[in-house]
Amino acid sequence: MLDYVKLLILGLVAVCAAIAANYARDAAYLVHALLIMSAAAITFVYVLRRTGEPKLATPQNEYMDGPVRAAAIATVFWGIVGFLAGTFIAFQLAYPVLNFQWADGYLNFGRLRPLHTSAVIFAFGGNALLAASFYIVQRTSAARLWGGGLAWFVFWGYQLFILMAATGYLLGSTQGQEYAEPEWLTDLWLTIVWVGFLALYMGTLMKRKEPHIYVANWFLLSFIVTVAMLHVVNNLQIPVSFFGSRSVTVMSGVQNAMTQWWYGHNAVGFFLTAGFLGMMYYFIPKQAERPVYSYKLSIIHFWALIFLYIWAGPHHLHYTALPDWASTLGMVFSIVLWMPSWGGMINGLMTLSGAWDKLRTDPVLRMMVTSVAFYGMSTFEGPMMSIRAVNSLSHYTDWTIGHVHSGALGWNGMITFGMLYYLFPKLWNKQRLYSLRAVSWHYWLATIGIVLYASSMWVTGIMEGLMWREVDDQGFLVNSFADTVAAKFPMYVVRGLGGVLYLAGGLIMAWNLYMTVRKGVVRRDAPAAAPAE
Amino acid sequence: MEDTYTILQVIARSWGAMFMLLVFLGVILFTLRPGSRSVHRDIANIPFRHDDRPASDDDAQAQTQPFKEARQ
Repeated sequence: MLDYVKLLILGLVAVCAAIAANYARDAAYLVHALLIMSAAAITFVYVLRRTGEPKLATPQNEYMDGPVRAAAIATVFWGIVGFLAGTFIAFQLAYPVLNFQWADGYLNFGRLRPLHTSAVIFAFGGNALLAASFYIVQRTSAARLWGGGLAWFVFWGYQLFILMAATGYLLGSTQGQEYAEPEWLTDLWLTIVWVGFLALYMGTLMKRKEPHIYVANWFLLSFIVTVAMLHVVNNLQIPVSFFGSRSVTVMSGVQNAMTQWWYGHNAVGFFLTAGFLGMMYYFIPKQAERPVYSYKLSIIHFWALIFLYIWAGPHHLHYTALPDWASTLGMVFSIVLWMPSWGGMINGLMTLSGAWDKLRTDPVLRMMVTSVAFYGMSTFEGPMMSIRAVNSLSHYTDWTIGHVHSGALGWNGMITFGMLYYLFPKLWNKQRLYSLRAVSWHYWLATIGIVLYASSMWVTGIMEGLMWREVDDQGFLVNSFADTVAAKFPMYVVRGLGGVLYLAGGLIMAWNLYMTVRKGVVRRDAPAAAPAE
Repeated sequence: MEDTYTILQVIARSWGAMFMLLVFLGVILFTLRPGSRSVHRDIANIPFRHDDRPASDDDAQAQTQPFKEARQ
């Protein structure tokens, strides 16, 4: 019966999307309508072929790892796409001729830049978070994922969101809010998927067999809940037409800017920090084979982050129309955030106390520890840059970009690589990774890449900040903007090379993980033969 | 009749801020309460159980039992 309801809904969606494509007012909307139509049609055929077949009972004594595997593969794929796009636009900045004339309006820097940021944050990071939350919530609740095929809906729905966002950027559909560029149709679809994600997570937690909820789940759940809230409030838009992708924001002026950076900073705080801290609190203890250093500290870390992060957004709007009290508030809370961030970093690092020798033999653990070190470094740098006096030098310069990338490449990237190296042998029942030497190569390529990236951006950022404010004895500005652009060229090349190294490391990882699945030695105590605990 | 913004910001900067602060301090004090150590040690070891398959209903009871005894 349920299958017939599904078929009815999917058929209606496909037909409506086809009609919408016919009336489409712009190219982005046309592509989106066709994407939705194809997705609905494919799902329709898939459901149709299974309608009337006898249903197999879901085995409650097994974990549901299919969606975890899919999300792990998607993480690798989107990671490579995102790193490649980033490296390419880095060279576009150094060599403007790479903004090809023939692809103008599609593959120029302005179109590719949001493609890069969304590919790495939402596609690479988002899929990593899907894999982590599906995996962790099952293992720490000792329960199978709730909701039957809901996890598959969340996974494929999220991929459709990524495709809609990416095609929209290339076709110029953007609402102009940083990290929230997708237009209303894509936003609505993500909201539906996200509600499914929340239900899936909560449902699994509610049927848990462990009496307590492990701390990693707190971080992951706070990430899901907060992102839902941020996404809905920041995307309050009225569509211009039901058949067009354009929309108009409900808030305007400084209110819109404040909401945008409340969203933007908490996207960093809850998507890229809280969610990934959930990974840290599960995968580092697992890889080090020791429980977290202090469970009490992890709880205090959690609540301090929750209470503080939400206020830090206004530090993105120093020296703007935003009232002074608001930007001071943002600055103060950013500085207070030093404490829980470093508490969490110490907690992650000290989990290795008594097992430091593993760093010599285990490159995966080395990767995870390096990521925590980068977490510490970027959560030191961030509050410092939020101080108004420092911000007057750093704002609008490449220092900001360097800071973001030391956090994103160092913390988010490295902990995700560590997780993938842990998960792939586990999910495909392999004894070990195909090559540990390749992990070491990846580790060093990525680390050197980050160092090249961050240091070149510090130099060029501080240089251009100083050049912009330099005045002669008459009080006139000494440098024009174009002077700073010319002076930054060598650093831009170095930054691009750092990106090449990081991308090369990612390709080595993809090869290594592929070989692990294809050629790895099967685990001796594969769970099929293991006695129930 | 004052506008909504003023009413809200007066509440937010007085009782609202105080409420948040007290909840935050309460959470920390509760975390540090005496006797929480054994509970936290038990929770911290959750990742090392049930790696390969979910707990059956009997397992779940065996799980909680020794912990209850320890607290008596």
